[in-house]
Amino acid sequence: MTNQVILLDFWPSMFGMRTKIALAEKGVEYEYKETDPWVKTPLLIEMNPVHKKIPVLIHNGKPICESLIQIEYIDEVWSDTYPILPSDPYEKSQARFWGEFIDRKFYDPSWKVWGTKGEEQVAARKELIEHFKTLETELGDKPYYGGEVFGFVDIALIGYYSWFKAMEKFGEFSIEKEAPKLIEWTKRCIVRESVIKAMADPDNIIQYACVFRKSLGVE
Amino acid sequence: MGKENGKVVVLDFWASPYAMRTKIALREKGVEFEIQEEDLWNKSELLLKSNPVHKKVPVLIHESKPISESLVQVQYIDETWTDTASLLPSDPQARATARFWSDFADKTISFEGGKKIWGNKKGEEQEKGKKEFLESLKILETELGDKTYFGGETFGYVDITLVPFYSWFYALEKCGGFSVETACPKIVAWGERCVERNSVAATLPESEKVYQQVLKLRQIFGVA
Repeated sequence: MTNQVILLDFWPSMFGMRTKIALAEKGVEYEYKETDPWVKTPLLIEMNPVHKKIPVLIHNGKPICESLIQIEYIDEVWSDTYPILPSDPYEKSQARFWGEFIDRKFYDPSWKVWGTKGEEQVAARKELIEHFKTLETELGDKPYYGGEVFGFVDIALIGYYSWFKAMEKFGEFSIEKEAPKLIEWTKRCIVRESVIKAMADPDNIIQYACVFRKSLGVE
Repeated sequence: MGKENGKVVVLDFWASPYAMRTKIALREKGVEFEIQEEDLWNKSELLLKSNPVHKKVPVLIHESKPISESLVQVQYIDETWTDTASLLPSDPQARATARFWSDFADKTISFEGGKKIWGNKKGEEQEKGKKEFLESLKILETELGDKTYFGGETFGYVDITLVPFYSWFYALEKCGGFSVETACPKIVAWGERCVERNSVAATLPESEKVYQQVLKLRQIFGVA
């Protein structure tokens, strides 16, 4: 039976980076299709008619949308290697909670800190720093959010790493100063093969953010 | 085996659609649980300690261990009490689809979304809120199609995500001056099927009661 895996993704997307990391951790071969989400290609519309967004994981012709859902799917299908989520239901619930936190609370200020100006940006920076500190507290003294294992929450968060430099530059703050243990954690993550391959160059992200800021009228 | 017999407590607020999800899931699984009703304007120490990040209901406490976020709780319930019917399908593709639609429903049919309707006087903002609400509900109605439930013949994860808001429809209709049944008849029919289930009937408050609560909220927020 064929096992065809395609990923529609856009190089700066922190969400796409999650899916790429999960696939790499499982050793899954896939075809990568660079897809600009602002250009709604027929394939994107067909595979994600509701949101028309990337990443879209296409497995044997069937699409799976939303990056955290994709990670769970990947973990369930390629279950014979490297578990991403813990098997214990309580530990799993805690991992999912932090995945939700990152998507529902962390995401918004993480783009507003570079994508807005004035009072809105100041508020975003304040909120983002609080969330960085919360995430640092949750990590504690563990090497990874998954404990000894690079897991679900690590994958959910490290996708943002490529954007840290842009957040700091435009937000005018230092993540290391606010959450030094979190930066230590990133250093552990970014030596992993899966993360190296998935990450975008932070300087390219800054350039991308610059262009985006102009189009948003922020610069 | 022992874990399923541990004490279960839900930190609750009767009108919270999110807490309703958790209670429905527990009732579907036949799990006995204790409810601790919270005063959201005077939150208990237990709530603040159990959910320090969000300080919100519902919190599910199982064997003294707290779990926050209603959809995380529903999945936990499904994975812990496994001797009754699953709330999620077993096939990974079907599970991903169920998670997708639950996520869509959660993001679009929400307390905040409803607030755009009841939390505004008649006018542009309220119209915008109504439009967004009905557009999203129509998308869900298309996904439901002619199925009995979102999961097909079995009541499951997506149904549990959305059905609490069925008890809020009346309040939104009265505040917004519209009819959900006119716009989305299949959704209303689905809601009626769901409330025939014991778990849903035991959990959803009466629509009139929710409406009275919304009127109170309108007063608090200074909406005419």
